[in-house]
Amino acid sequence: MDMPLKLFNSANESSLENQSRRQFIKACAASGALIVGAGYLPITSAEQSSRGKHRDALVFNAFVKITPDNRVVVVIKHLDKGQGVTTGLATIVAEEMDANWSQVGWEFAPADATKYNNLFWGPNQGTGGSTAIANSWQQLRNAGAAARAMFVNAAAKKWGVDSSAVTVSDGFVKSSTHRASFGELIELALKEQAPETPTLKSAGQFRLIGKKIPRIDSPEKTTGQATYTQDIQLENMLTALVLYPPQEGGVLVSFDDSAAKKIDGFHAAFKIPKGLAVLATSFWAAKKARDAVIAKWDLASCETRSSEELFKNYRKVAEKAGTAVTQKGDVEKELAHSKAGEHIVEALYQLPYLAHATMEPMNCVALVGDSSCELWFGSQSPTMDQHDASQLLGIAPEKVVINTLFAGGSFGRRACPNDYVVDAIAIARQIKNRPVKMVWTREDDMLRGKYRPMAVHKVRAKVSSKGGISAWHHHSVAQAILRGTPLEGLINGPVEGTLTEGIHDLPYSTASLRVEGTELPSTTSGLWWRSVGHSGNAFAVECFVDQLAHAVEKDPLEFRRALLQGQSRYLGVLNLLAEKADWSKPLPKGHAKGIAVHKAMGSWVAQLAEVSFDKEKNLQVDRVVCAVDCGIAINPDIVKAQMEGSIGFALGAVFGEQVTLEKGVVNQKNFDAYTPLRFSQMPKVEVHIVPSAEPPTGVGEPGVPPLTPAVANAVFALTGKPVYSLPIEL
Amino acid sequence: MIKLKVNDQQKVFRGDPDQPLLWFLREELSLTGSKYACGIGACGACTVHFNGVPVRSCSMPMSAMSGAEIRTIEGLASPVAKQVQMSWQEMDVVQCGYCQSGQIMSAVALLERNTKPSSKEIDEAMDGNICRCATYQRIRAAIEDSSDKLGA
Repeated sequence: MDMPLKLFNSANESSLENQSRRQFIKACAASGALIVGAGYLPITSAEQSSRGKHRDALVFNAFVKITPDNRVVVVIKHLDKGQGVTTGLATIVAEEMDANWSQVGWEFAPADATKYNNLFWGPNQGTGGSTAIANSWQQLRNAGAAARAMFVNAAAKKWGVDSSAVTVSDGFVKSSTHRASFGELIELALKEQAPETPTLKSAGQFRLIGKKIPRIDSPEKTTGQATYTQDIQLENMLTALVLYPPQEGGVLVSFDDSAAKKIDGFHAAFKIPKGLAVLATSFWAAKKARDAVIAKWDLASCETRSSEELFKNYRKVAEKAGTAVTQKGDVEKELAHSKAGEHIVEALYQLPYLAHATMEPMNCVALVGDSSCELWFGSQSPTMDQHDASQLLGIAPEKVVINTLFAGGSFGRRACPNDYVVDAIAIARQIKNRPVKMVWTREDDMLRGKYRPMAVHKVRAKVSSKGGISAWHHHSVAQAILRGTPLEGLINGPVEGTLTEGIHDLPYSTASLRVEGTELPSTTSGLWWRSVGHSGNAFAVECFVDQLAHAVEKDPLEFRRALLQGQSRYLGVLNLLAEKADWSKPLPKGHAKGIAVHKAMGSWVAQLAEVSFDKEKNLQVDRVVCAVDCGIAINPDIVKAQMEGSIGFALGAVFGEQVTLEKGVVNQKNFDAYTPLRFSQMPKVEVHIVPSAEPPTGVGEPGVPPLTPAVANAVFALTGKPVYSLPIEL
Repeated sequence: MIKLKVNDQQKVFRGDPDQPLLWFLREELSLTGSKYACGIGACGACTVHFNGVPVRSCSMPMSAMSGAEIRTIEGLASPVAKQVQMSWQEMDVVQCGYCQSGQIMSAVALLERNTKPSSKEIDEAMDGNICRCATYQRIRAAIEDSSDKLGA
């Protein structure tokens, strides 16, 4: 492992320094601290926040810096958009260093794929696919253990003892006669060679991993001090709104901004590739000015159909043959006939477009100089964003500085290439050397596309009265997210993987299996939405499994167990769920329960939902029990929080979330029409973690897929009518 | 000219009377804890206290602010508020955190007028605040924890 020793204020750091950055320093009255440009996060204060650039920190390796006053600063290469990786990643380092948790601080890494690439993504730095902990696990253990070894060796030399006589615990380096903090030893430790293969702890030696450690970002997020893109204030900064076409793909033909020019605070209006940028000295002035612009659009290439027309076509296509992705045995032959005691079951499932609808609408602060660019935002794919900016501006990627900030949610939305960041840069380049904050209103955010693709699944299977499946035919129809984008090269195989993930590798035992996909082109753009293809694919598979069980009068849990023989981790979560949720205990009249199990992003999750109708005959989900196997749970409480959140997130799609088109125009423009789950709809959630010694896997997304089928299966049990589409309409 | 008090300090506003309170707080007073998220009062991320009552500052024009006493997350100081923030940390409520100032402002307003809210009263007080991370279960736990401790 490469452990270059480098002082913090080295060439690398000073290259981030430039004139423009010092220029844009402004006192922020909110925090009483400085909001600092370029490479420096707006921080609150050391007392209030564990975060921030620690300028006096000395660099032990790419992930570990230590200050003379004994603070261990962990460099976080992933974006924290709520999933808690700042805490989790810092914990791994602190564990192997034997640091005291109270001395641990953190900072977001700069964009630098040579040091901070996602190890699962080749030379790309980014956060997604629930990979943050999983790809960092060994890397950060090594980083922490290597730093620890440097302190041990330095102390041994200083105290004249063998290194085996030196221990580290709770942030102190000790021998039988000496004791020193990391801070006291940093100069000496930095002279030590970092071991290439440092000794790692055994699981039995963990003191932090597996324990409840409070989130490191909790204090600043409960006092209004946490800084998001929306909160960045730079001297002389302008706010930009963009007048976008009423539909994706529309093109600005002409505009009249004469009324906008009369708005107090108006600065400029000009075309950018996607619309008309309207700049002013405040948000309100920019919004008023934008509202006052009269624009003409060419909408000839835009969608004209309604959602129902689109679905009609999807259903038609689903009934025909698609491109085979998985082929095992002769499904058609099996399905062509059935004997006594065999049932052929078929179903068609339908899923709508869904919006990410992050609480913080997309935004980005950009400052473009003559041959430089500096960005402040919740960057989910820093090196891709850096690449986009460098291409757009014709400058070297390293001239693009990205200051990563907390994101007010993402769920995949901020991973989007070539989107809002590009718009912000397109604006900033036209008003050079002056920072501009491009903000989307909620309406912009809702109408700019990038939805979880709508989909139709046609499934047919043959099941015997004994519970065995002899054929499973599955055709998934949806648009491909990456087709026609700069990332099309990532599509591996004839059909984009999102259409059939979690289906082509069906865990249930079947004598024959044919999984097909058909990509339908769309002018409405799609994007990765929390758990991506799994979010809808699990709904189709797990609802269908219940229909098969129902056809042969089997208990849904027993039916699954029998078909998952040998799949120990599927069985592990199912068994834990059954035990904790009292599966076999009947519920009172008017209540019913359903289960589902799914593996996504390397983690296994089973969920049980209990449903009933309230007095007004509205469906309510009373309780959800969840069992998760994510390998070693670094922070069990954050694992539980992610499951709770995923359940609530997915439940919105049960109760009413959907994006629909009317003559090509999106109907849902704000939270009055697009309806994420509300407080009173949240069920009681219990989460149980399968004890494991396996390497950790992701938890940000895998809690989403089983929820909608678990609820649908409970509704099926309650009403006797299968659920074929979301949101559930009764 | 509109005079109002924000976090016990006298402030003066001279701009467009149509401008919502939120932008005065965020851009002129640099009180950025209250967030913009929907602009139509449908999500609660901008919740502040107006004469002690929780309101959506994104939809309250400055013209209605004459003589108002506004409190934002930055100005929370009452024993109830401090307890609520402590309970929030104890339950580790936050995820992305963007809505949490608004959630806390709604919870504080509830507990300041009723330290023993029923489950239904908690529902009513909190249903206007969306949390896209769906931290609702822990929000409820934090409110109940505060209620217990304030009543003790």
